[in-house]
Amino acid sequence: MTAIETIAPVPGRPRLGRVLALGMERTRYEVRSYFRAGDAVFFTFLFPTVMFVIFAAAFSSTGTVGGDGHGHGGISIAAYYLPGLVAAGIVLSGVQNLGIDIAGERSDGTLKRLGGSPLPVGSYFLGKVGMVLTTAIAQLLLLLGVAHFAFGVALPGSASLWSRFAWIFLLSVLMSVVLGIGISGLPRSGRSASAVIVPILLVLQFISGVYFNFADLPDWLKSVAGVFPLKWVAQGMRSVFLPDRFATAEQTGTWDLGTAALMIGGWAVVGLVIALTTFRWVRKDR
Amino acid sequence: MTTTGSGEPVVAVRDLTIRYGDHTAVAGVSFEIEHGETFALLGPNGAGKSTTIEILEGYRRRSGGDARVLGVDPGTGGVDWKARLGIVLQSSAEAGSVPVREQLAHFASFYPRPRDVDATLEAVGLADAARTRVRALSGGQRRRLDVALGIVGRPEMLFLDEPTTGFDPAARLRAWDLVERTRALGTTILLTTHYLDEAAELSDRAAVIVGGRLVDIGRIDAIGSPADRIPVVRWQDADGRHEKRTDEPGRVVAALVAAGGEPAGLEVVRPSLEDVYLGLIGHRSLEEQPA
Repeated sequence: MTAIETIAPVPGRPRLGRVLALGMERTRYEVRSYFRAGDAVFFTFLFPTVMFVIFAAAFSSTGTVGGDGHGHGGISIAAYYLPGLVAAGIVLSGVQNLGIDIAGERSDGTLKRLGGSPLPVGSYFLGKVGMVLTTAIAQLLLLLGVAHFAFGVALPGSASLWSRFAWIFLLSVLMSVVLGIGISGLPRSGRSASAVIVPILLVLQFISGVYFNFADLPDWLKSVAGVFPLKWVAQGMRSVFLPDRFATAEQTGTWDLGTAALMIGGWAVVGLVIALTTFRWVRKDR
Repeated sequence: MTTTGSGEPVVAVRDLTIRYGDHTAVAGVSFEIEHGETFALLGPNGAGKSTTIEILEGYRRRSGGDARVLGVDPGTGGVDWKARLGIVLQSSAEAGSVPVREQLAHFASFYPRPRDVDATLEAVGLADAARTRVRALSGGQRRRLDVALGIVGRPEMLFLDEPTTGFDPAARLRAWDLVERTRALGTTILLTTHYLDEAAELSDRAAVIVGGRLVDIGRIDAIGSPADRIPVVRWQDADGRHEKRTDEPGRVVAALVAAGGEPAGLEVVRPSLEDVYLGLIGHRSLEEQPA
């Protein structure tokens, strides 16, 4: 038409390469921002390790768990608590911290500014996945390091256990991120976010075998916990970090990893649907 | 189509209406902004200025009427459309721990053809604060960062929502200079402001919104009715102070001089934009009172 004709906006979706490249840029920015906020690092990053040290130290005199009754073949309390806190670390990094983080971004104007820029929503989501994955891995390395070097907990020795660990870990991180994005719409404001989200996760930690021995819970409570994902992440982690014979203490007497994969994957799908259908940069109509 | 160079207005708003339940925030506003023009939306607090601009930015849904920005309905504009916009929101408080330059470089990466980050910092006067964390900036510096974030993507259309609120006079002059330079690049600008001198300094045309209705629109020097612009001649004599509204102030002054020599305290005052504006919003609020 004329010389000053501009590039026509292409309706529809931004190109995948651009979404991925900006997802990487968001990850870099988000990880740096995470470690710049000192209080968040203390409370969320160190939380699983701090809890682990408290439990391991507090109950160190109670001897071993799961031995033959004569002080043989058991594992230390520290080793026993490790898988639960690995699981809690993943789910807290994703659901709790991310949910509170995004609710805060919605109320402080971050999302409004991003929503007015050409950043694709997919890149924003990928940035959150990248941030949670990075911080969860760093958190895990610290926890495993403290458990192994300070408390002498033996880590899995076989490649098959580590590959089992890898899929449970990655699937759980993905699930936690989409649930975190989904749950961020629940609080009405950034100020109420902690008050709304923390208790939900606290209850789940108590009934899912993070702080108590899951086998000691009444059956009805085990069934309630079985509906939610944290129980299955914790069970998956026990299958990695505890000796195989501990499987007999589980509800079905096995590690039941097939059900764990289905439940974690199912919650990931639920979270993804909630995230995609409810996420808005700003509330459009008030 | 989405062409904007062929005489089609960059912003076209027709009969725009926004309702929240029973409350009508904007009632049938229409205006157009041409390519390269700077247009000011004026009005008291709560008049519907920010609501209107947020519709055009794509943040809110309209209840009725039609809106086009760069040929696109803002309710459906995608990322390629957003890449052609620059948005300076009213103040916000995010990203406190991020250094200024990193924040700007991060946003620049979202755009296909961004401005040079350091040159942009220089232009808004934040070059010395490049390594300062955002939360350590003063209010005025933070606002300048907002402006930098709005222009770093080389927008064709720039929205400025109260860009200098809270600035000291020197910072306002610098901000005006920056807006002038942005406009000289051919950028179309929509500005909301409380400051009439700002509107007079920066904009080609203005619209006045009161109570969600557009009460006047036109060139800055033509806002208000001709009657609102009639000059006033003031003088003093033995009987006290006199004031006469007249289209012919020269003739009045000549008659005064002919009658009694040099009048004391002689003034010929043309209504300022502010007088005209206050007249406009005053009339309006009187009209809206129930009989």
